[in-house]
Amino acid sequence: MGAGHHHQLYRPGDTVVHRLPPQCKLPAVAAFAVVVVATPRDAFWAFGVYALLLAGVAAAARVPARFVLRRMVVEVPFVVFALALPVIGLGARVEVLGVSLSVEGLWAAWNILAKATLGVVASILLAATTEPRMMLLGARRLRLPQTLVQIAMFMLRYMDVILDEMRRMRVARESRGFAARDVRQLPVLAKSAGALFIRSYERGERVHLAMLSRGYNGSMPIIDDVGASAASWAVAAVLPVAALATAALSWSLS
Amino acid sequence: MHVPDGFFNAAVSIAAGAFAAAGLGVCLRRARRELDDRTAPMAGLVAAFIFAVQMLNFPVAAGTSGHLLGGTLAAVLVGPYTAVLCVAVVLLVQGFFFADGGLTALGVNITLMAIVTAAVGWFVFRLVVRLAPRARAAIPVAAFLGAVVSVPAAALVFTVLFWIGGTAPIDISSVALAMGGVHVLIGLGEGLITALTVSSVLAVRPDLVYGARGLTAPLVLRTAGGDTFVAPEPPPAPARSIRPLLVGGAVVAVLLAGVVSFYASSSPDGLEKVAGDKGLNAQERGHALGGSPLADYGVKGVGDERLAVGVAGVAGVGITVLAGGAVFYTVRRRARQPAKAGA
Repeated sequence: MGAGHHHQLYRPGDTVVHRLPPQCKLPAVAAFAVVVVATPRDAFWAFGVYALLLAGVAAAARVPARFVLRRMVVEVPFVVFALALPVIGLGARVEVLGVSLSVEGLWAAWNILAKATLGVVASILLAATTEPRMMLLGARRLRLPQTLVQIAMFMLRYMDVILDEMRRMRVARESRGFAARDVRQLPVLAKSAGALFIRSYERGERVHLAMLSRGYNGSMPIIDDVGASAASWAVAAVLPVAALATAALSWSLS
Repeated sequence: MHVPDGFFNAAVSIAAGAFAAAGLGVCLRRARRELDDRTAPMAGLVAAFIFAVQMLNFPVAAGTSGHLLGGTLAAVLVGPYTAVLCVAVVLLVQGFFFADGGLTALGVNITLMAIVTAAVGWFVFRLVVRLAPRARAAIPVAAFLGAVVSVPAAALVFTVLFWIGGTAPIDISSVALAMGGVHVLIGLGEGLITALTVSSVLAVRPDLVYGARGLTAPLVLRTAGGDTFVAPEPPPAPARSIRPLLVGGAVVAVLLAGVVSFYASSSPDGLEKVAGDKGLNAQERGHALGGSPLADYGVKGVGDERLAVGVAGVAGVGITVLAGGAVFYTVRRRARQPAKAGA
């Protein structure tokens, strides 16, 4: 794999945002998302402020806009749904360019589009500035259940291996002239899935035995632990606190 | 089906988050019993498998394709508790690393796609396996039925959540119809591919299929002195009493029926509304039970309207539980009688 040794979601860098300990960044992003969702939808200016805040974080982390935009593709299905809302919504209708649209539907579409986009951009920035491994160390520092963190660790570590196995099987299928056209091809796909399960499960058993032979006793040793100083907590709190102030203002105004 | 931020209001998001956290807590403890210290590596690899399999697009009908949710598949292959953990980890990773599904909607996503699909799928699977003859051929059929039911069940729970705290102004009956219709189709595809996958694993490594434990044939040692049968090891998980589950479910149902209907608005529900708008109920005759004490969800003789609706809700749940219990009891007795006759 010539793509280098870092994950494609992660953009290596050495900025303030990159250097923040993960256990500060995770709650900051989660709190930001909660504040955005709790903002009343008619406070247009508040969403503008949120967007500016995220733009500020992106600029500080030197993440180019093109990178963020390319990764925002995951949002497309819900954008389609949101665009359909004004047409199928209930309630009073208005004429816009000769099309009858529902007022409530327009509000709901705006609400979902604005909040979902802000949430997606915040997660993209988090993933772009935090190494996957560090993110899980942060989750562990936040005292998430250890088993859950370990499962996520193993999943991330072996995800590329399993995806590669699946890719090899796909190449093998297609080089024999296979194309999934309709339901009759399902048995072939299902056999691939079954083979993939057996390979994953057996690899899991091998990994477990290899770990046992290296002294695994149910918990992972911590090699590089990252402590967080009060200063880094304060820096990480800038985003959610600024968002909370904006939201508080919008609540008092509405 | 990944719900983004802003789709549900804050109250529903937080409630679903609390429910998902509680569910994960239970599953963490039970999964350790299913897998002991192998939990982390095994569940991690199975989670990676589910992540990969969700990328496997299969053709549904005329040009559209769907992908697997994998809740039932995982439940049949590795057991229900591990399955919930695996799918939940997949959703967490998708939310935090791939920005797929909102962070505030994680609770809703985990509830719908991990807990509901695995629990409903596993329940239906076990029910069918128990009623069907003890044969290996019954396992894929049961997996098919479990997966077919689990996907519309998740869509149904989505509709209920949407009814409580959705932010879009769509008629709830059209949501139910659209979600239900699409997800019955997706469910059929999911069921087919789940059944075929389970049967292909069953053909190669039957010992890996959690749902087929206990179907192992006894080992026969053929010696000069005659045949000796060595009974297979009993499944390690002891049969637990389902009483706590039943009591908990009953408490939740009664609370929901009593408290929620106490506060529910008295506006007509979607179907009644559509019926009223379109003049469908012009010819509607009184229901045969229109004069019964529970007619139109209110108890006669109880003055306060909200209280009356609440009492009617609790009574409705009671009647439903009694009727369902009676059906279940008869089915179970039927299933047991041939077994006794054979023994």
